[in-house]
Amino acid sequence: MSDTSQDSDTSQDSDTSQDSGTSQDSTTEEGLTPVIETSKEPAADRHGGVPPLLEVSDLHVSFPSEAGPVRAVRGVSYAVRPGEVLGIVGESGSGKSVSSMAVLGLLPDSADIRGSIRMDGRELLGLNDAKMSKIRGKDIAMVFQDPLSALTPVYSIGTQIIEAIQVHQDVDKVKARTRAVELLDLVGIPDPHQRVDAFPHEFSGGMRQRAMIAMAIANDPKIIIADEPTTALDVTIQAQVLEVLKKAQDVTGAAIVMITHDLGVIAGFADRVMVMYAGRPVENGPVDEVYYRPRMPYTIGLLGSIPRVDDDERRALTPIDGTPPSMVSLPQGCPFEARCPIAIDVCREREPELVTAPGANHPSACHRSRELMEGGGEGLLDPETIYPVPPVPEAHEIERLPRAERTAVLEVDNLVKHFPLLKGAVFKRRIGTVKAVDGITLEIKEGETLGLVGESGCGKTTTLLEIMDLTGGQAGSVTVFGKDVREVKGNKARKALRRDMQIVFQDPMASLDARMPIGDILAEPLKTHGWDRARTDARIPELLELVGLNPDHADRFPQEFSGGQRQRVSIARALALEPKLVVLDEPVSALDVSIQAGVLNLLDELKSRMGLSYLFVAHDLSVVRHIADRIAVMYLGRIVELGETKSVFHEPSHPYTQALLSAVPLPDPQKERARERILLTGDLPSPANVPSGCRFRNRCPKYLQLDAGDQQRCESEDPQLQSLAPDHTAACHFAEALAVV
Amino acid sequence: MSIQQNVEHEPEADATPALLPPRRSGRGRLTLRRFARNRLALVGIGILVLLFLFAYVGPLVDKWGYNDHDFTAFLDGPSGSHWFGTDQAGTDIFALTTRGLQKSLIIGLLVGLITTTLAATLGAVAGYFGRWIDRVVMWIVDMLLVLPSFLIIAVLSPTFAKSSWLILVVLLALFSWMITARIVRSMTLTLKDREFVKAAKYMGVSDMRIIFRHILPSMASLLIIDGTIQVSLAVIGESSLSYFGFGIQPPDVSLGTVIADGTSYATTYQWLFWFPAGFLVLFGLAIAFIGDGLRDAYDPNSSNAKAQAKAIKEKGKSKDGESDEAAGQRVGSTEVLSQA
Repeated sequence: MSDTSQDSDTSQDSDTSQDSGTSQDSTTEEGLTPVIETSKEPAADRHGGVPPLLEVSDLHVSFPSEAGPVRAVRGVSYAVRPGEVLGIVGESGSGKSVSSMAVLGLLPDSADIRGSIRMDGRELLGLNDAKMSKIRGKDIAMVFQDPLSALTPVYSIGTQIIEAIQVHQDVDKVKARTRAVELLDLVGIPDPHQRVDAFPHEFSGGMRQRAMIAMAIANDPKIIIADEPTTALDVTIQAQVLEVLKKAQDVTGAAIVMITHDLGVIAGFADRVMVMYAGRPVENGPVDEVYYRPRMPYTIGLLGSIPRVDDDERRALTPIDGTPPSMVSLPQGCPFEARCPIAIDVCREREPELVTAPGANHPSACHRSRELMEGGGEGLLDPETIYPVPPVPEAHEIERLPRAERTAVLEVDNLVKHFPLLKGAVFKRRIGTVKAVDGITLEIKEGETLGLVGESGCGKTTTLLEIMDLTGGQAGSVTVFGKDVREVKGNKARKALRRDMQIVFQDPMASLDARMPIGDILAEPLKTHGWDRARTDARIPELLELVGLNPDHADRFPQEFSGGQRQRVSIARALALEPKLVVLDEPVSALDVSIQAGVLNLLDELKSRMGLSYLFVAHDLSVVRHIADRIAVMYLGRIVELGETKSVFHEPSHPYTQALLSAVPLPDPQKERARERILLTGDLPSPANVPSGCRFRNRCPKYLQLDAGDQQRCESEDPQLQSLAPDHTAACHFAEALAVV
Repeated sequence: MSIQQNVEHEPEADATPALLPPRRSGRGRLTLRRFARNRLALVGIGILVLLFLFAYVGPLVDKWGYNDHDFTAFLDGPSGSHWFGTDQAGTDIFALTTRGLQKSLIIGLLVGLITTTLAATLGAVAGYFGRWIDRVVMWIVDMLLVLPSFLIIAVLSPTFAKSSWLILVVLLALFSWMITARIVRSMTLTLKDREFVKAAKYMGVSDMRIIFRHILPSMASLLIIDGTIQVSLAVIGESSLSYFGFGIQPPDVSLGTVIADGTSYATTYQWLFWFPAGFLVLFGLAIAFIGDGLRDAYDPNSSNAKAQAKAIKEKGKSKDGESDEAAGQRVGSTEVLSQA
């Protein structure tokens, strides 16, 4: 630390930040070492007094734009020691990716970068591209978010790994290839000798990410920077990839800088965490400290706004109001002030420094962090209570009825959707069948939310579209409000049905016509169903108010709203005709966590207020647990477990549900470290090639423990849903409850 | 009420009452307002109106008709009695230009409108419905594309010489919509799988409504640009036909024929060429301005229509709403997931 001061910028501004950087390091060394030691990570011991491997101090990055410079990063300082994992969390636009791109020297030339980035004491900032290329991939490796675009599609995986090796090491091709095979084996690619010649498109998403990791560790890097490495992957695959990343770290002893928005992933993976907001670190410290004793309202809000899989109580989430500030025209004072529940006058005047408050043992950037003490007390603030907790919406009268007495709004019985696989240009012949939906039975009663969960490719969306198409599917039946859709003939009758069932799509940008003002967007369903102009005009401000938007904004176009607001518009549109059933296709997965909480609360409240029924499709189990009354778990076109939310989460009985639940990371470091993961092997098989008997058997951890006779049964007999408890069924021959959360 | 607390209200300061009428304005009005904000487009409209006035009021003011000959003035420069001068037969250029402009304005605008409407409707219908409709439309497109349109019009036009020159408009339009239709069709193919189209479908909106309310406005930029080009192409196409003696038949004139006649004198008796050519350029310019204005008005992302509005709305606009729009449309969900 001491040797950096001579190189650092002489400006006053950077000096202060340097100081805060120093204080942060000293706390790590003196005050907090015991905390680190209590964690089971042996790696933590290694970096007690070791000089930092990577040291970023007072990094500023700004980009020119039409509206003025975008100050993406404003004074980031951190240090990573060998073998350490630093997690950087923040919402979109908080500058977390930009700061790591700056470390790699990958920012465009137009970016203005100031500060200092030192690796092993060597200044990286200002090195030219040729010199940086010697470091990139050798000393600092990168794992990108999207493995498909990070791999070149026209070269085989092997060629790309060999290239990565040969660029930095003087080895011949044969040796490099042997090394590539070793690496692929290390990251768990089955049959690496053959797969080394495969092309990226022949790999699944999870395998591509493994290949990326193999490439990243090819030259024994000192630092691996992982930018949202698992965001694009399903939870079970995410668990596998995190495991591989951990293994890669063990093998190379590298330090990892893990950038993510997922607080759960960080909790289990990182040693230290840095929370970023509006281009600055706002809290920094060991994971346990930050998670259990947060000192900055933003961190507190972030932790309170995520739904958790281990949370039983039905409670409203605490959303953080508002949206992050524009990085072009930042307000004077604390950038979080506008959203902060405990803002005082000084917050509007001066931006707080990242310092360790008295009584705290990690730095945070808040004027009031000294008052933020656990448990509150005289003149203090309790982090638990600074955010107003929205009340749990009162249950609608329908919801209070016992389930058996309510009428069903949607019944799906043995629905099938197969797509033919055709080959040949002139004469098409059928060479196979994609069994996207292969016999699904479910039922939604009035005032009920059914959560449909499953990994991508399991047929969730196809099921939804089949239901929404109102055509009845190839086999089985769909009954909406007691009417079999096959019997519904003619456009008029179908239109009448559509009135009562509406859909909200995942991506609010794509589902709103960008060329219509939102007033017209909301008017469309009304107009279609014959409302006159005057009634429509009266209804639109009502709808906007209902979803918490300003009714004066009906003239604006969708792009003038933030993601969360756009999703509110989508919801308003779906509710315009006061439907009975709303189908929600991943409605919050495209939103930032702090925004997501607000939308989830809104959905919950509207449901209770209007007595709606939801079919809620999602891949995020924590979200589903929060909102759903009943849950259906889907695997490869089938429902494998179905039941009341509580019993499915407490006593998951199908091995797939168990694996899925155990793969969901918890935003609770101690719990997360203590958990046993059930890791699934391999990827979701193609629905064109469904295994015989039980479709889950080739990935099933339970199958491996069975004796030959029982295994035989799994291979030959397709398990049907069997009742385990009232309202809890699972499709497994050997269903057995196992608590995994 | 929890919701009231979560409201993501934008700052109230921006809602200047004068600019936000209490009544909700639909897309049409909003587009009009945005168009009116574009100064260049208004200039375009102004020029167009003046051109029409010139073309139709001019002959009333001028004492010479387009088929009168002043035998006292051959190839005379602009003067008090012949404002734009005369040609070798003593015809008044001012009279020729106004008469020609009448024809060219009508032909250009009509052909542009018909072509674009035809291309948009047929292309979108083919792409949206697919199946046999698609095959039939595409078959017609391919057939018309291989026919030598210029020759056909050339051969046919003497037959129609006696009848109205409006036939020429129809013929010109008939042979120029195909390529645009193909582009529209392929754009429709990608648009029809977009979520907002699906959302409309699941709302119960009828197919033709979806085409006209969602699909075609989404490619408004293309259609408007194409329309402007078609207008200019029609004027030029008609001119070249006239140049070869087809199209507008003498003694009637169009701007094309007048220019064609004057070309050879362009360097010596400049008024013969520059006056009619100047009006043609002016016409093209006006159309281009209007087209640009329309495109900006239709496109909510366009910075031009917004630029002036920015001063009013700047405060209320959240930054990410503006910046990720372009990417957001294309990549959809991945974009949001990848934001970091």
